[in-house]
This record gives sequence, structure tokens and C-alpha cells, in this order.
Amino acid sequence: MRFATSPAPFVYAGYSVPRVMFQVLLALAPVAMVQVALYGPGPLLQLAVAVPTALACEALAMRLRGREAGAALRDGSVLVTAALLALSVTPLAPWWLTLAGVAVAVLLGKHVYGGLGHNPFNPAMVGYAAMLVAFPLAMSRWPVPLDAAGTDWSSLAIQSWHAFLGTASRGDFDAWTGATALDALRSGLAQRYTMEEIAARSGLGPLAGAGSQWVNVAAVAGGAYLLLRGVVRWHIPASMLAGLALPALVMHALDPGAYPGPVFECFSGAAMLGAFFIATDPVTAAASDRGRLVYGAGIGFLTWVIRHWGGYPDGVAFAVLTMNLAAPLIDRWTIPRIHGHPR
Amino acid sequence: MAPYRPRGLELPAHKAVASAAPISTAPAPAVAVLALDQGSGRAARAVVAPGDRVRVGTRIAVTTGEATTPVHAPVAGRVLAIETRPMPSGDGPCVLIENDGSDDREREARPLAWAGLEPIALAAALGDAGVAGYGGAAFPAATKLAAARRHEAHHLVLNGAECEPWICCDDALMRTRAHDVVLGAQVLMHAMGAARCTVAIEDDKPEAMAALQAAVEAARDARIAIAGVSACYPAGAERTLLEAVTGIEVPHGAWPPESGLLCHNVGTAAAAAAVVRGEPVTSRIVTVTGSGVARPGNFEARLGTPVSTLVEACGGYTDRPLRLIAGGSMMGRALATDEVPVTLALNCVLVATADDLVERGPEHACIRCGDCADVCPPRLLPQQLLLGVIANDPETLERHGLADCIECGCCDYVCPSAIPLTARFRTARAEARVRESARRRADDLRERHARHVKRLDAASEAERRAFETARDHARGQGG
Amino acid sequence: MSAADIAGAALIAGGLAVALGAGLRRAIARVPADSGALATCIDALLPQTQCGRCTYAGCRPYAEAIARGEAGADQCPPGGDDTARALAALLGREPRPVNPDYGEIGAPLVALIDEARCIGCARCLPACPVDAIVGAKKRMHTVIADLCTGCDLCLPPCPVDCIAMVPAPSVEPRRVA
Repeated sequence: MRFATSPAPFVYAGYSVPRVMFQVLLALAPVAMVQVALYGPGPLLQLAVAVPTALACEALAMRLRGREAGAALRDGSVLVTAALLALSVTPLAPWWLTLAGVAVAVLLGKHVYGGLGHNPFNPAMVGYAAMLVAFPLAMSRWPVPLDAAGTDWSSLAIQSWHAFLGTASRGDFDAWTGATALDALRSGLAQRYTMEEIAARSGLGPLAGAGSQWVNVAAVAGGAYLLLRGVVRWHIPASMLAGLALPALVMHALDPGAYPGPVFECFSGAAMLGAFFIATDPVTAAASDRGRLVYGAGIGFLTWVIRHWGGYPDGVAFAVLTMNLAAPLIDRWTIPRIHGHPR
Repeated sequence: MAPYRPRGLELPAHKAVASAAPISTAPAPAVAVLALDQGSGRAARAVVAPGDRVRVGTRIAVTTGEATTPVHAPVAGRVLAIETRPMPSGDGPCVLIENDGSDDREREARPLAWAGLEPIALAAALGDAGVAGYGGAAFPAATKLAAARRHEAHHLVLNGAECEPWICCDDALMRTRAHDVVLGAQVLMHAMGAARCTVAIEDDKPEAMAALQAAVEAARDARIAIAGVSACYPAGAERTLLEAVTGIEVPHGAWPPESGLLCHNVGTAAAAAAVVRGEPVTSRIVTVTGSGVARPGNFEARLGTPVSTLVEACGGYTDRPLRLIAGGSMMGRALATDEVPVTLALNCVLVATADDLVERGPEHACIRCGDCADVCPPRLLPQQLLLGVIANDPETLERHGLADCIECGCCDYVCPSAIPLTARFRTARAEARVRESARRRADDLRERHARHVKRLDAASEAERRAFETARDHARGQGG
Repeated sequence: MSAADIAGAALIAGGLAVALGAGLRRAIARVPADSGALATCIDALLPQTQCGRCTYAGCRPYAEAIARGEAGADQCPPGGDDTARALAALLGREPRPVNPDYGEIGAPLVALIDEARCIGCARCLPACPVDAIVGAKKRMHTVIADLCTGCDLCLPPCPVDCIAMVPAPSVEPRRVA
């Protein structure tokens, strides 16, 4: 009797790329929900433009590369890119800005290198950095969150809608937007206010800035889910937060008036989103556990440096892109000891 | 010294059905197909010709030096032909013997007074009888024993781990013939000059452990100990097993005897016991299992028995099986035909239906999730090795330890992108071996040329002129 | 921004660039500076056929010529394109296929002496760069196929033309890298 043949092994665990992507999207849900609760429906509008744009760009890129589009669309990876970008930008971003950012992320951040698995840079961060550098003003317009005094959800809804459509004027933005905690920190320190004075003036919450502190907490919740399900390893989140918190701890102790403490650092801006969702992107991170510790620590430290000594209020995007550059070198220097090789 | 932490997978064992029944004897084949290469990769040299009459135990092939063992006829009858036939590990030369049913023996079984022999003589007797590794590699036992003596290795480790799903021939052997294993351990220990022996058994085989414990106590041999290893595939991989049992990591590029250890399969020990009882190596226990056969079981099968005969002894095929696998579900080799004969390397025949297999999903690009590195037993980074394979970059492959890959299939099992990693690494390892042998050859040639030049420099003027003329001539011709 | 700011930023950025560049150079440095050691590295990649098709008197002289900068990396037909590529990678040059001016890349060949016609003159023995021909004056000569590199330097000295190049019997590849 004759049989067909195939190579070993003949059994598999049944993990799949779409399942991993789906779990990441699920873990982002708390972040989206908290953002919508505190900033209005803006994030949903961003998602509404980001997701179709991402899918369309992916299909276009695959066609241009002479490949079948279906397989790429079904693996779900571009949905994660779109969601991360949509939840990283301000809820008041106009539709064309998010569209452009997503297009850059998918086309120039991913497909120009060969598609899934071949990109050296985190695509969402490539898109974000491009948007930030090209439209710094539009990217810095954050609404006043619900947990700060003097605003309600329906006004936030109206603001989001107008901003999204592009029908808001500069005067409108002046009325609607407030400085984020990191913005306030930056400008306050530049004007030589101390941390206490800045805190008093900008109404910081128990952890960090109003609004964004709860978004960070939601990111921790999502991150905990990913850790428990084994989608993400602890090395990058732990080392990134350590890289962020340790300099903060030291400098806050040395000069409390000019530097915030570690809790503030870790719960403001995109710190937690970065730690659990952005820095952990496996394609662009280091390959070994030891390498991941170095990689994450580098991102955390660079974020801190850019926040306090660099030109932007938040440094996560640039820190991630810089460490993406360093990842191959980190991999070369942190190859784990193979069984039987000298210690 | 940190305790050894096993790396690998916890897989469903699928062994209960086949090991429920006792070991039965498979029917002798009508035509025995004796492979000259019993699984080691090199063929022995046939010393019979078509038409010769042989008896059970007649030597039909002798060693050719490297990695070959003598082969003895498992049946009595006439040699039909010597031709290439499909075998578990590919096509190879085989001696076909027509079984006349008489089972006449070449000589009566004469027990060997092995304890009084010198270790070298005992090892030679084992080698002469055709003892080779029963764990799947069929490497000549005598060669390993000689290496152990040369390096004064004192610790024999018997591998009873049998970690791969579906395979349970060693478990059956240990449960029902533990005394043979213990006697074999003593024989092997004497043949290598060992002072102690540890039998390693997975801790999900309590009956085997108990049976061996009882046999060791009955033999009153304090040198032999039983060690449990955690049932994590691939617990039976030689180097990691040795580390788990002894704490010693055999260095890369070295063999276990250089670290004072020697590892043999429990089946090899049982074969050694049979040899000192006077029987040559003519059979082995084979597990025939899978949802594709009616009554899975373990069989004592003569070498050269076609797999189809074993399947018949199991009650035949059930529905149309999808794969006929020589080995287990992780490292086995899918066979194209069931006319393949039993060899020393064939420990299991897995007749798999769709229920036993899991279909591989569509292949995606590597997303560098690192799940493969988490389960790799020798602690490699398969995702980096894959990059090296795709780029065809020998330096990357060497730096990340391609030579240390044991082709266990764990990385394939967990890969969410369904990349056939093991198959890629197997090909890359073969290419690396070819490159390595070319490099060694070039090194040899370089040395020969250096000696040639030196010799000519010291030789007569005429010879030197002749050499230079030839070179100028060639330069003029080809330049 | 003040001049001090600009100077400071330039210094930091420039210093970082120099330091990282030096670190990168050290990380990828494979080529030893000393030319003798370089020749040894190059020779390690050559197939040791010793045929002279590269126009040098053997593989080591060719390696030394490359190290001196006189020869190209594409002059070795027995090494084939794989060797040319490996040499180019070692030297940091653009990889080029083997230059056909130096010979054709062919299947591995070995010399075969037609024993019926051999007159035992022993002129081919010193011609073989790796001493693969056994024999003596007035005795039969034969080529040890395993040692023959296929350089065909033994063909010209034979007065009766009894040596032929035939396909190599062994499966071992002849090319390195």
C-alpha cells in the first residue's frame, strides 16, 4: 500500500498569527473604552478612519508587490497597527491626518520592507513620528478630559466631531484643548515653575495628569491580560518601566522641584501603552530574553531623556524607533549560551 | 550548580493503547529484506550471493570500518537477490532471503562467559554479533564502547526516557523484561570499564521504574541506580538527558565519553544480554500503533520483516490512514510504502489517520514572537537561525548554533506562522556538513602542497625545473 | 538657540556618531590589518586546487597577491562563484562572478592515467602539486582519485598523452565556502 509523505513533525499546537493579533486587539479594548469615557467619541472616529485605511493600504501594497491580498488581510496584523495608531493620537485629530499617518505606517513602515515580519521599525510608530514631525500643532491638541473640572461628555462629543471633520477653527481649538500633563510639565519647567506649582496649576490627579493617568491604568489592565495569556513576555514591559522609573527616581530625589517622580513618569503619556503594546511588538524587538531586557531598558531610558532633555513632551515614539535601530546589534551581543558551549 | 530545567513541550503521550497488551511475536516474513545499512547511514558489505543457502544467525554482511555493523540472517533459506529497496531512512542495498520455514540455526546458542572476558574482547564479541544502538541511530555499540574505554568513561547512562509520543517499545521492554535490561547494563558496564550505571526513565512510567527497581534489587548490584526524569519532550535527547541525570554538560564538539559518560538505549542493553546468552542480533521490539491499525501493540519482530506484515498482525488497517510514519509524531519519517522492512533503527510504526495528526496551517512570515526559542532544548534561537537559512549565510548559522540543533520539532510545534522550521534546519545542516567536509579537504590539500613544495626544494635541480616548466605551460595554456 | 546650544548639540551628536561608528567598525571587523594574516584568511577560503589558473603559482601566492591589492577576487574557477562571493565578503568588495578569462567553471574532474599507454617516465610525478600520483621510474603510475584536485598540471609533461580528465567519482564537493 502506498502513502503520501510530508516532513516531520506531524502535530502542531494550533497557535496562529491571527489569534495573537486578536488577543492584542482584545487587550486594547480597555484603553479604547477609557479614552472614549474621558475624552469623548474621538478615539472611535479615529478607529473608524484608521481601520479601513489600513486594510486598503495593505491590499494595495500586496497588489503592487504582485502578491495575493487576502492572506495578508486575514492575518490581522495591520488591524493592530491601525488600532495602536488610532489610540495613540489625540482624539481631536482631523480625519485626513490619521488617514495619512496610517498610510505612512502601512506603506512606508511595513510594506516597503517586505511586509509582515520584515520591517525593522515599528510601523505604528513610523506613522506617528511622521505625523508628529509634519503636523506638530495638530498632534498636540488634546481635549480637556472629563475628570478635569469644567467639561462634559456631550461637549466633548461635539468637539470631537468638528475636529474630525476639519470644520473647527483655531479659535475653537484654543477653547477646547488643554495641555496634557507632560505638556504642562514642559512649559512649566521652561518658565521656571517648580513641580509643586505646576501640579497646583494643572490639576494633576493621584497618579499623573488627568485623563491620561486612567488611560495608562487601562493599558496596564490590557497588558496584564496579555502577560497572563502568554502573548507578551514580562521582560520588555518590566525593563522599559524600570528604564523610565529609575532615572526619574534618582533625579526626583536630587531635584524634586525640576523632575517628577517615577509614578508620574510611568502613568503619563504613552508610557504604559508603550510598555505593553508598542515596545513589545515582536517583529521589531530583540530576539532573546536578555536582549529584550536591554532593548526595553533602552526605550524607557530614551523616553525619559527625550521627555526631560529633548524637544518633545513625550518620547515613546522616538525612543522605540531608535531602539528598533539598535535591535540587531543587541541581538548580536546577547545570544544566549547554547547547551554545551562555554559559559 | 543550578538544577537542570528541562526545555521542551508537554505532549499527550498516546502510549496507553499500544502498551496495554504484552509484547507479541510478529510472524516471520516470507521474504526477509535485510538492509545492509541498518540505520547508521553506512552500508555493511554483503558476503553472500544470490543462491547461497543461509541459516538463522549466518553472517550475511561484514563491517566496512566506518559506522557499520555485521548483519546476520534472521531466517533460514535461500538468498534471492541483493538489490536496492525502500527502507525506513531512504532507499538502500538489501539482501533478500526467502524463508523456508525451517528456522535452522547456524549454531546452537552458546552462552558467553562474559564476566571473565577482557573488556576489549567483550566489546568485540558484542560488535561481532551486530549490536548497534536501538534508540533510532543504529550506531555500532562496539565503537562507542571503545571510545568509552579510550577516555576512561566510568558512568553508563541507559536511556529509557522514550519521550516521543506514540512510541512505547522501550516501556514494554522495561516492564516485561527488566532482568534483560539489568543483565545488559552489567555486560555493557564491563565492556566499557564503567563503575556505575544510571537508568533514566520518564516519571510518567511508574510501572517500568518499579520493574527495573525490582530487577536491580534481585541482581543485588549496587552500581546500578534508577533516575526519573520529567516527562517533557524531548527528555530522551542525549545531551540534555545526560545533563538532567548527571549534571554534566557535554561540551559542543565533544562526545559524551570525553566527559566520562556513555549513553545507550535500554533496548541496546537488552540486545547485549541476548548476545551473552548466545543469540545474535536478529530482531527488535517495534511498536505498531495509531488510529490506522485495528489493534495497536508491541511486537518482537525479526529484522527484514515488512511493515505490511506487522500491520496485518495488528488486525490490518482501519480506514484509509493518512500517513505511515517510521518513528513518532515529532521526529518520525513518513514512508511512501508499507513494504519497507524492519531495521535496527525502526522503533515504531505509526499508522496515522486524521485524528492523530494536526494539519499545518497556512505559512506566514516569521513574526519573531520567540515562542520557538522558549521551547528549544539546546537553547538555540530558531528565529535567528531561520534568518540565516533564508539569507544563506553560514556565519549567522554557525554563530547561532545550527550544528547543535537536534531536529526535535519543538519549534515547529509552537510556531504561530506554521513555518516548517525543522525541515529547513535539516537541509541547512546537511549543507553545512558538506561545506565542512569541503573545508577539511581543502586543509588537507593545503598541507600536501606545502609538503610537496618542501620536498621539491630539497630535491634535485631537474625535478624543480620540471615542475616549473609544467606550471608555465599550464599558465600559458589556461592563463 | 544660542551659539552655545548649537555647539553643545553638535558636539554631542558628533561625538555619539564617532563613538558608535567606531564601535560598529569594531563589531564587524573581520579583516586583519596585517597583510600576512590577511593572506592566511584569504587562503582559508580557497579550494587548494593549486592549478595556477589564477596566473599565480598556487593558492597561497594568489592569496598573497589579493592581500597586496594586486589581484581580484574573481580569478579562481575551481572555487566557483561561491568562493568569489566569500572572498568579496571578506574583503568588503562588491561580489562579482568568476571572470571567465581565467577559465571555465566545470564539474569536478580527476586525472586518470591510461595504464596501457603509460611508459613509466615519471615526468608527471613532480608536476602534481599535492603528490597525488604514485609511481616511480619504469613502474606503473596511478592517480589517487581522492587526492586529485583536477588541476590538470600533469597533462603537459606526459610524453605519450596517456592522462585524461574524467568526472570525479566521489560525491564530496571540491569548492569551499
